[in-house]
Amino acid sequence: MRVEKIRRSEPYFYLAPTIILMVILLIIPIIMVVRYSFYDNVIINKHPQFIGFENFAKVFHNKSFSAAAKNTLIFVGGSVIVHLFIGMTFAMLLNTKYLSAKTKALFRVIFALPWMFTASVIAILWKMLLDPHGVVNYLLEIFNLNSTQVEWLASRDFALLSVTIINIWAGYPFYMVSILAGLQGIPSDLYESSAIDGASAVQHFFRITIPQLKPILISLLMLDFVWTLQQFALIWMTTGGGPIHSTEMLSTFIYKLGFSKYQYSQASASAVILLVICSIVAFFYVRHQRGQE
Amino acid sequence: MNPFKLDHLKALNKTAFSILFIASIMIALVGCSGSSSDNGATATQNQTETAANDSNTGGKGSKKDITLEFQQWWGVELPDGVLQQIVDGFTAQTGVKIKLLSNPYADTKTQIAAGAAAGTMADVVGLDGSWVYDFAKHESIANLTDLMKADGYDDSQLSDQIRVDGNTYMIPVVNFAYPMYVNLDIVKEAGVESIPKTWSEFKEATKKISTSTGKAGWAIPLSTESPSGIQNNFMSWLWASGGSMLKDGKPALTNNADLGATVAFVKGLFDSGVVAKGSNSMKEADMVGEFTNGRVAFMTDSLAHLTLIKKEAPQLNFDIIPVPVKDGFAGKSGMDVANWGIGIAENSKYKAEAMKFVEYLMSPEVNAKLAVYANAFPGNSKAEPDYSAADPLFLKAYDIYKTCYAVNEFTGLPTSEELMRSFDEQLQLYLGGDTSSATDMLAETQNIWQDAFK
Repeated sequence: MRVEKIRRSEPYFYLAPTIILMVILLIIPIIMVVRYSFYDNVIINKHPQFIGFENFAKVFHNKSFSAAAKNTLIFVGGSVIVHLFIGMTFAMLLNTKYLSAKTKALFRVIFALPWMFTASVIAILWKMLLDPHGVVNYLLEIFNLNSTQVEWLASRDFALLSVTIINIWAGYPFYMVSILAGLQGIPSDLYESSAIDGASAVQHFFRITIPQLKPILISLLMLDFVWTLQQFALIWMTTGGGPIHSTEMLSTFIYKLGFSKYQYSQASASAVILLVICSIVAFFYVRHQRGQE
Repeated sequence: MNPFKLDHLKALNKTAFSILFIASIMIALVGCSGSSSDNGATATQNQTETAANDSNTGGKGSKKDITLEFQQWWGVELPDGVLQQIVDGFTAQTGVKIKLLSNPYADTKTQIAAGAAAGTMADVVGLDGSWVYDFAKHESIANLTDLMKADGYDDSQLSDQIRVDGNTYMIPVVNFAYPMYVNLDIVKEAGVESIPKTWSEFKEATKKISTSTGKAGWAIPLSTESPSGIQNNFMSWLWASGGSMLKDGKPALTNNADLGATVAFVKGLFDSGVVAKGSNSMKEADMVGEFTNGRVAFMTDSLAHLTLIKKEAPQLNFDIIPVPVKDGFAGKSGMDVANWGIGIAENSKYKAEAMKFVEYLMSPEVNAKLAVYANAFPGNSKAEPDYSAADPLFLKAYDIYKTCYAVNEFTGLPTSEELMRSFDEQLQLYLGGDTSSATDMLAETQNIWQDAFK
């Protein structure tokens, strides 16, 4: 009987190390942050009081939060859509039969380069490119596209567009590599038989390529949505959320609340809001993955 | 052998293995958590009870197993190995080891703030004056007045102490002055005959530079990521002309003629197109880069960058001058200073040893040595740094510094960095034309600031 009990509990012992680590590194911090969000200023206040949803109300009434939410939506939406478009285009270029293997290998490395850089390197690189005296303005000037020095990162009109472009540049290789792997897995006989039936290139793309890539594309979109939503380093190192909240994201908003204003409870409440959004996406992602299985 | 029994044995082996594995993971986790909770803020774990009990006796042998963590950004900015050499001197004297945790300024701030939140701050921490109020109010840093008293330390030798509610929480170890740098070649190229001493002369000179050379007359970093440009590059105009942004320690931004004039002056510089482009996202390092590359004629910057500028641009012909003052001002100028301050974590187990270490760094000889290596001015009034090998421009800046009084009104204010950031945002709105007048801009900023002082 005792041996039987041990045998039954055996799988749990195997799972225990992972479970313990997940509890310590994931579950406990999340519970702590959620708990903090319902108390008046924790950490600073040695005896915090439970205040219900007051922190959430304060966050929702904060003008910077609404600006951050709006910017985040534009930033994430723009990044995800263009990531998909560029990733798909480059992947198809690299999958073409009209280029030699060597040429494709060369371009594979070149196109994948942005993914090799860390956020700090990307920030420094683009800050130099987008400097009023930088390469971008120089090129615009010599091609007579613009005669004034555009303040790409310092102007409220261009800053959000600029950081979105930087993020697109930094993130498209992930799509490209994943889609390329998917394209290489599509059986060529599908294209051959449709060609015999007289299908055009456009029909190939919409009737074969896209349906075959659909599982990969949905996973990519969901993962990218969550990752871009949490983008902090790139924004912080290029604009710091400025000028005047024009590139303020939920991530920079939370950081400033926590580490500059020392409003840890409100920062926790904002983080919980972000967690809920990410969890909804994660829920659909998991459901989609299960559906595939 | 009975196959059933063999299966059982195998199962038992697996079970025993998993139990063993889990036990080892648990031991590792407990070990890790023990070190992080005890330490983080405190010293190493291997000290004996005797050492802990004897820690106040001053005996070298009794402290040989104590290691204090010293988190700061100084090690990154000093020449290689200098800070290690200095702290090794303390170990040689006392037997207490110092573990340096050196990271860039911004990282250090985040790590110290995270340590303060989690109660795992390093024993001794490098502090910026703008962080002190909040850490003191959160009871994350120790009351140095009590520690100095307990150790019988004579604090009259300290040139300054940063206090909150009457108690010292930070001691400035070295001070960095913020004079004005001028590119003499640009000035000459523009035909500016004399170096400006007043605001009107400065405005005229920068206008001339901008129109005749196409280069920027002045630069100000207004990035909200690090809003210290407000303190070092904006308020330095006000302080140089004897003005103040506070009254009795509280914000006095409205009905403040000096500050109103400063805002109007800076707005005038922007309107006349003499300010380097991209200021809204410019950081201090970017501004130094602009100056080093010969694209800006004037900038207010820390003397700490003097060596860097000389190294990056050995041919750059530049000088150091006092910050020009408001027309008609004849009083003593205030010179903006930033500090490398030091404090002790409240959660440190070894506050007495940490205080000894602070005293060591503040001793005249060590403090003088640090000041020389850091291109700074000593925090101990009795220190006599040997600047004989220093750059002539540094010596000139020292002479200017001696004619001024050191000032930085942001030091010790609540959420100091956030005050700078909100001022920065309101200033940007005014410069961009969203706010109609300097009075409105200052009134709005005053409202925001007052919330922090409640």
